[in-house]
Amino acid sequence: MKTLLKPKGYYLSFLLLALAISITSCKEKEENNGKLVASNANIAATLEMKAELTSPPNVPRSVGRRKAKKLIVDMEILEKEGEMADGVSYVYWTFGGSVPGSFIRTRVGDEVEFHLKNHPDNKLPHNIDLHAATGPGGGAASSFVAPGHETQFSFKVLSPGLYVYHCATAPVGMHIGNGMYGLILVEPEGGLPQVDKEYYIMQGDFYTSGDNGEKGLQSFNMEKAIEEDADYVVFNGKVGSTTGDNAITAEVGDKVRLFVGNGGPNLVSSFHVIGEIFDIVRVEGGSMINENVQTTIIPSGGAAIVEFMVDVPGTYILVDHSIFRAFNKGALGMLNVTGEENKKIYSGTQKESVYQPETSGEKPDMAMNVEELKEKLPLKSRAERIAAGKAVYAQTCFACHQANGQGVPNAFPPLAGSDYLNANVDRAIGIVLNGNKGKITVNGKEYNGIMTPQNLNDDDTANVLTYVYDSWGNSKKDIKPDMVKKIRNSH
Amino acid sequence: MKNTSSKVLISLVLVLTVPMSSFSQSLVDMKLIHGGAFIPLYGIDDSLKINVNSFYMDQYPVTNKEFQDFIKENPKWNKTTINSIFADTNYLVNWKNDSTFPVEANPEAPVTNVSWFAAKNYCECKGKRLPLLDEWEYAAMADKTKPDARTDENYNQYILNWYESPKSFNKEIGSTFKNYWGIYDLHGLVWEWTMDFNSVLISGESRKDVDKDSNLFCGSASVGATDLMNYAAFMRYAFRGSLKARYSVKTLGFRCVKDVESSTTKTN
Repeated sequence: MKTLLKPKGYYLSFLLLALAISITSCKEKEENNGKLVASNANIAATLEMKAELTSPPNVPRSVGRRKAKKLIVDMEILEKEGEMADGVSYVYWTFGGSVPGSFIRTRVGDEVEFHLKNHPDNKLPHNIDLHAATGPGGGAASSFVAPGHETQFSFKVLSPGLYVYHCATAPVGMHIGNGMYGLILVEPEGGLPQVDKEYYIMQGDFYTSGDNGEKGLQSFNMEKAIEEDADYVVFNGKVGSTTGDNAITAEVGDKVRLFVGNGGPNLVSSFHVIGEIFDIVRVEGGSMINENVQTTIIPSGGAAIVEFMVDVPGTYILVDHSIFRAFNKGALGMLNVTGEENKKIYSGTQKESVYQPETSGEKPDMAMNVEELKEKLPLKSRAERIAAGKAVYAQTCFACHQANGQGVPNAFPPLAGSDYLNANVDRAIGIVLNGNKGKITVNGKEYNGIMTPQNLNDDDTANVLTYVYDSWGNSKKDIKPDMVKKIRNSH
Repeated sequence: MKNTSSKVLISLVLVLTVPMSSFSQSLVDMKLIHGGAFIPLYGIDDSLKINVNSFYMDQYPVTNKEFQDFIKENPKWNKTTINSIFADTNYLVNWKNDSTFPVEANPEAPVTNVSWFAAKNYCECKGKRLPLLDEWEYAAMADKTKPDARTDENYNQYILNWYESPKSFNKEIGSTFKNYWGIYDLHGLVWEWTMDFNSVLISGESRKDVDKDSNLFCGSASVGATDLMNYAAFMRYAFRGSLKARYSVKTLGFRCVKDVESSTTKTN
């Protein structure tokens, strides 16, 4: 009895302990989910680190497994002239000298110490609103800075995701419209899952005083911006930023991740990569994941992360699938993939041949379906054979020799009252079976063309020739299938 | 005896003529702006119509050469000796030394990188003052032919174009158009200091500036703008909002004005 009791006692206390643990851990989870953001606010960030900022289309390294840090970001604002398209220049207002501005990569819990510097040569004051920052104006209320001066403010990134940042100085639309936008990524703890290639693409619409393509220095046009009548819709600030030599690259088998933003100021993007399907879309740059997506919408002032594996080499075109923007306004980029072909996944062109419809122009009245006819009755009488032959003629011969056997002058010889035809029956059969080329003279006229062999069986050949000989003043010879067979075998 | 009396005579003459000449000098290159009423950008409606009295305004912004002369006579405004309360380290940052503006700078270009304190003092030394914000805006509303061109699309686009063209601060005064009042370069060269530049506060968070937080600030600062199309004016107010009095900015200069009552000689 004693031995039995002891185990039972242990068992009971073990059970209680297990129960206690499970209850408390559940409770913790609940609390965590409910106060997720609050707990991110408590992530410690003690050590300092200088942020690695990159220009598009490149991104800084993944945060990997690093802890949250005090991240120092030094961002300079430059108003500078650049090339919008061939022969078209534009004064861009930039974060870090590029459109879009430098890419900022952070980890959830980081405390970003933001230094915003306004170059003394700039004409205008600026500030910054980061969608990743929680606080008045996303930072805009605390970063208003005159040219030749610098401001500093700090914010803690609380929620993972891909966020837009942009200038918010009056008039806001004009500052954004001149290129003052970029992306800031907040990675979850441990970073995003590893991939082989990562790139930074950001769409924007531009409004110029001149039309699309008008050469020279173009200025911003407020009216067109209000009308949302864009002259240029481009990736990374200019036409051709990621085409030709500037195309982004990958190799067959690579997992590619694109951080895609849309600075606007107005237009929403229908982002698509021609020839690829997004295996994963982190919808709107947030935590929701969609799979197997062809085209994803990126709101103005928003972003998305798309990931796909490239299986086959070739050039993949990035577009805004509001398609006139891609082909007429510049919303077009290129991803060059090199490596081994995979014909099973994509074969490339397999065959090329001529296509000619069997009949052209008007059809004769009593075109009959030859197959239908054959199924009905075995053809015996001459009248029946002539009727069958007429159907064959309508399908096979009339295209060249025409409805009444008149042919086409200088091209196809007539059959109607044709001396050539009536002179030699066997030759006629041979021509239907084997075709003909070279000079012939029919009714006094020369023809030098090619007739292709006709794909007809003995019955059909006999029937069509019987019809032809019976028509249009010809010799009314009767052609039988065995006659055709004889000629066919003798060839 | 003869020497001293002639000296006295000469100095007497000088004493009498110098002030006279300085009065007539001070109205040279100034034009009369006839006063009137207008609704400024920050006025929501008719109830906030601003009255501007007639005043004289400098035809051109103050030039590098003029400011250099001023510094020579008033060395306490030198780059190296100026009190840091009155200017930050951008003050005359491109000047080679205390009294020489940069070689590549045009002597007839507007002086920039000067703080509000320095500009204010310059005007006072000439018996003038900095313009009020409303006075400046009132004069700047004009185009070549009319005193108020704010609804003219081309006019607004002209100004917006200037905001985009780089490095206009090195152009000579008089490079832009002569407006209705005979004043040059209110648009097209540099931003200009005003006496009360910070009385209309754009909070820096410009999206907020369109709602009615007007109780919080003086001068009904949050902008319930009368004319949302007046983006050019928006940008000027935004620029002013980013300044502090000791700031110096490469693209910011100034000009002076004078009240009508305090002048004693006629102008042409």
